[in-house]
Amino acid sequence: MLRRMSLTADVLSHGVLPGVAAGFLLAGLSLPAMAFGGLLAGLVVALGAGALSRATGGREDAALAALYLVALAAGVLLVSLRGGPAELTHILFGSALGIDDDALLLMAGTASVTLPALAFAWRPLVLECFDPDFARAVGARGGIWHLGFLALVVLNLIAAFQALGTLMAVGLMMLPAIAARHWARSIGGMVYVAVGLAMLASIGGLLLSVQLDAPTGPAVVLTAGLGWASSVLFGPVDGLAARWWRRPHLAG
Amino acid sequence: MSPATIRLAELTLSHARHPAVHHLSGSFLPGSLTAVVGPNGAGKSTLLRALAGLHPVHEGRIEGAAGQVALLPQAATLDRHFPLSCLDVVLFGLWAEGGAFRALPRDAAARARAALAATGLTGFERRPVGSLSAGQFQRLLFARLLLQNAPVLLLDEPFTALDARTAADLLTLIRRWHGEGRTVIAVLHDLDLVRAEFPETLLLARDPIGWGATAEVLTASNRLRARMMAEAWDDAAPPCDGRAVA
Repeated sequence: MLRRMSLTADVLSHGVLPGVAAGFLLAGLSLPAMAFGGLLAGLVVALGAGALSRATGGREDAALAALYLVALAAGVLLVSLRGGPAELTHILFGSALGIDDDALLLMAGTASVTLPALAFAWRPLVLECFDPDFARAVGARGGIWHLGFLALVVLNLIAAFQALGTLMAVGLMMLPAIAARHWARSIGGMVYVAVGLAMLASIGGLLLSVQLDAPTGPAVVLTAGLGWASSVLFGPVDGLAARWWRRPHLAG
Repeated sequence: MSPATIRLAELTLSHARHPAVHHLSGSFLPGSLTAVVGPNGAGKSTLLRALAGLHPVHEGRIEGAAGQVALLPQAATLDRHFPLSCLDVVLFGLWAEGGAFRALPRDAAARARAALAATGLTGFERRPVGSLSAGQFQRLLFARLLLQNAPVLLLDEPFTALDARTAADLLTLIRRWHGEGRTVIAVLHDLDLVRAEFPETLLLARDPIGWGATAEVLTASNRLRARMMAEAWDDAAPPCDGRAVA
């Protein structure tokens, strides 16, 4: 989000799909096969997206959009080769109530890896986002941190797709982050707000899906979307309400 | 503070094979204070970026620059709405001491405050970068450069968008760096300033027009030659036969 790479996250989520589908094709609805396939495909797409971005001089949006359309089509086709609409829905949109022990362990493991890794890479990541040239000039190896971060994103997508589906998982990732911009002015503050919003959205979405008997993934993402919309409206930083409510200017 | 000599040998830098800097040879001596002048598109910024290792060398060589230079980029190339405080940005100037993981030195915050004060930004520590004006942002980058404490300083249009008082303050800083024996290379457009403050000048119009004592380089005939540089690329140009055209 901070690097104007929101589209890349979208591409990654779609890029995971053919890998998951290939795993499904070979081994059925088996978690290890699908997770491994998704991880592999996601990493390939992350590298490919990075290369595309360099080749197009930073104006990668059209190329990335092309990539994710192709990935989505390939994934759907692969799943349809073996499964029916039920399996397709399961992979695309997930089912939080169908999670087994393996999936839970994968999620817990991913979370345990991701948090320390992010804390570890915090300084170089922030520098690489703010001023990549400076990072390069002082030998901070920003590119490696950037790739490592994308790998973490892929890992988390894989962990989440069981519950939310490949298409919905990225929503829970992006929406709270985008919303957080309206609540905090520092990066640290944004992270806290984003995590809090994501937790609210997960719990709220789960309750909603039980109450309305609706699929979980979309319910969670819609709840996150509601959080985003209210942030745009009522957030203190560049929110619409803050713009309308004109307070008198200060003396200095 | 003992910078090494930076030698350029037949240096050619290019954008999509078209030369931005063409067959440039010469040296920046230790402790020299050089202005790089020339028309728009003459390759001045590209030269500085190459010295900082940010632009690939197409042909020829740069010797002695690696590891000792710090670059003040053109402020316009950065995202000024990033959610960082001024203190955070300045502290990145200590990267060489802290790196990715090590703790910053004990006096880091004090040194960062001193750098902010030296660039007229006292009291801006907690201000988000997004709330700065263009001139204030330029001064913030200057403060970061101060903390980098490099033997060779590359300044890309350091006075753009600055008011007279700030420009004078920063010029004092440049004089101080020169007095400390650092090598300073600055891209500038104000020729009066160059004549008054910079002993050496490199006049660049893709091809080197002149490099040496400022008074000898900034002659009327040299400036006319620089002005005649064809700004557009020649799409039908053949591969270069190895000699400067100008």
